[in-house]
Amino acid sequence: MTDQFEPVIVGFLCNWCSYRAADLAGTARIKYAPNLRPIRVMCSGRVDPQFVLQALRNGADGVLIAGCHPGECHYVNGNIKALRRFSLLRRTLEQWGIENERVQLLWASASEGTILAAAVDRMTEEIRSLGPLRWSEKVLGKNGAAYVAVEEA
Amino acid sequence: MTENGKPKLAMYWASSCGGCEISVLNIHENILTVDEVFDIAFFPCIADFKVKDVEAYPDGYIDLCLFNGAIRNSENEEMAHLLRQKSKVMVAFGSCAYEGCIPALSNLTTKDATLEKVFLENPSIDNPDRILPQQVTTVAEGDLHLPEFYHTVKSLDQVVNVDYFIPGCPPEPHQIWAVLQVVVGALTAGQPLPPAGSIVGAGTTALCDECSREKREMTIKRFYRPYEIQPDPEQCLLEQGVICMGIATRSGCGALCPSVGIGCRGCYGPPDGIEDQGAKMLSAIASVLDVGDESMDEGDLEELIQEAVATIADPAGTFYRFSMAHSILKRVKNGKGAV
Repeated sequence: MTDQFEPVIVGFLCNWCSYRAADLAGTARIKYAPNLRPIRVMCSGRVDPQFVLQALRNGADGVLIAGCHPGECHYVNGNIKALRRFSLLRRTLEQWGIENERVQLLWASASEGTILAAAVDRMTEEIRSLGPLRWSEKVLGKNGAAYVAVEEA
Repeated sequence: MTENGKPKLAMYWASSCGGCEISVLNIHENILTVDEVFDIAFFPCIADFKVKDVEAYPDGYIDLCLFNGAIRNSENEEMAHLLRQKSKVMVAFGSCAYEGCIPALSNLTTKDATLEKVFLENPSIDNPDRILPQQVTTVAEGDLHLPEFYHTVKSLDQVVNVDYFIPGCPPEPHQIWAVLQVVVGALTAGQPLPPAGSIVGAGTTALCDECSREKREMTIKRFYRPYEIQPDPEQCLLEQGVICMGIATRSGCGALCPSVGIGCRGCYGPPDGIEDQGAKMLSAIASVLDVGDESMDEGDLEELIQEAVATIADPAGTFYRFSMAHSILKRVKNGKGAV
C-alpha cells in the first residue's frame, strides 16, 4: 500500500436513480474508486445545504449530490430544487474558500452505473490533487482560532 | 461597596457597538425599577467601575450579568472568564454575544486582511509609516502590551458557559423588560426561571408569523438589492424579490424592518430547531426561485438558474450577517471570501 491521500467523499444519492446507479455499478462489477461513502436519500431535493456543511465540517474532503436527470424526477421537480440550491450553495462555498471540485452535483439515472462510477473516479482524482480539507483541524484549529488558515493564505 | 441586600447586576461590553446598552436604557421609566431592585456591580457604560473591583468580588457575587459583544481578542475572553466566575447567572445579551453578529463577519476574511483594511487601506486613514498595532511595544519606560487580536471571532458560549441567550441587534426594549421582570420575579417572589440554556426575550417561530405583510405565492424570477426596487407596501417582500431573512429568523421583534419596507436582516438568529441560519435561508430562497422547469435542456436550465442566483450579491455576508460565529463552518478557509 502506498500512503497517498485517499479523499473521503460523502455521497447523497437519490433513492430512485442514483442509488440504483450505484447498485448497478456494483452488480455489474464496475471497478471504481472506493472513496465514496454513499448515503441514500429519497430525493436530491431532500439534501439540505446543512448536510453538506456538516459533512465538510466533520471530516469529508468532498460531497457528491446525485439525482435523476431533470425531467425524470420521481417527485417531478425535486432535482430542479436541488440544482437551484446547489447553484447558490456553490457561490457561497466559493466565499468560504472551498474549491468547486469538492462539492459536485451529478445526474445519474438508474441505468447509468458507468456514469456514476466514472464521476466518482474523476472526483476522487480532482480532490486528491487538491489535498485534504480537514476543516476542524486545519481551518478551525485549536479552539477555533484558525492558525493554519492564515499560513495557507 | 455598601451591602444593602439588593441583587447585583452587571453589564459588560466586549466586541460590540454599545447599542445593547442603549437598548437597556430604552426601557424608559422601567429603568427606575431596575435601579430600585438591583445594585449595579459593574457597568462600564454608565458607572465608573474598574476591573480590579470585579476581581475583588467573591465568586458568584454578581447575581445577573448581561454580557454583550463578541469575543474578538484576548481581553474580551479574559473578561468573559472573569465575569463568568463572579456571576451566578450569565446572559449572552444581544446578537454579538449570542452568535457573533457583525464583528463575526470578519470571519469571512483573515486577521491580517482585517488589520490591513483598517490601518492601511482605509481611505480616511493616513499611515505613511504603515504602523500596525503590536502586542508588545518597547518604549523607554518599559514594555507596552495590547490584547491579542484573534483570527476568528467567537460567540460568548464558545468561551464560557452561558445560562441564557437574549437575541437581537439590539434586543428590543419590550423584550428586555419582559426578561428583567422574570428575573425580578424570581429574585423577589421566588417565581421560576426558564430552564438553563434557553433563548429568552424572543419567540420560537419564524418572523413571518408576526409580519403583517400579505403572503401569496412565491414566484421569484430574480432578486433585487434595496436600491433597485420600490417595494409594494402590502405584499411580502420576499415575494417581490427583496431578500428578507424573515423565513429563517426567530420572531420576537415584531417584524420591525419589514414593516418599514426593508427586508429582515436576520438579527434574532435562527428559530428553534435550526442549527445554521444561513444554510437554511440559502435552501429556502433557492427553492422558491421560479426559473426553469423540468422540460428544459439540462445545460440551458443550469445557465438560467445561475443567472438568477447571480442577482444575489454576497450570499455569505447576506445569509450569515449575524450568525457567522454560530454557523457550521464558522469561518472561511483562506480569507478570499469577502472580496
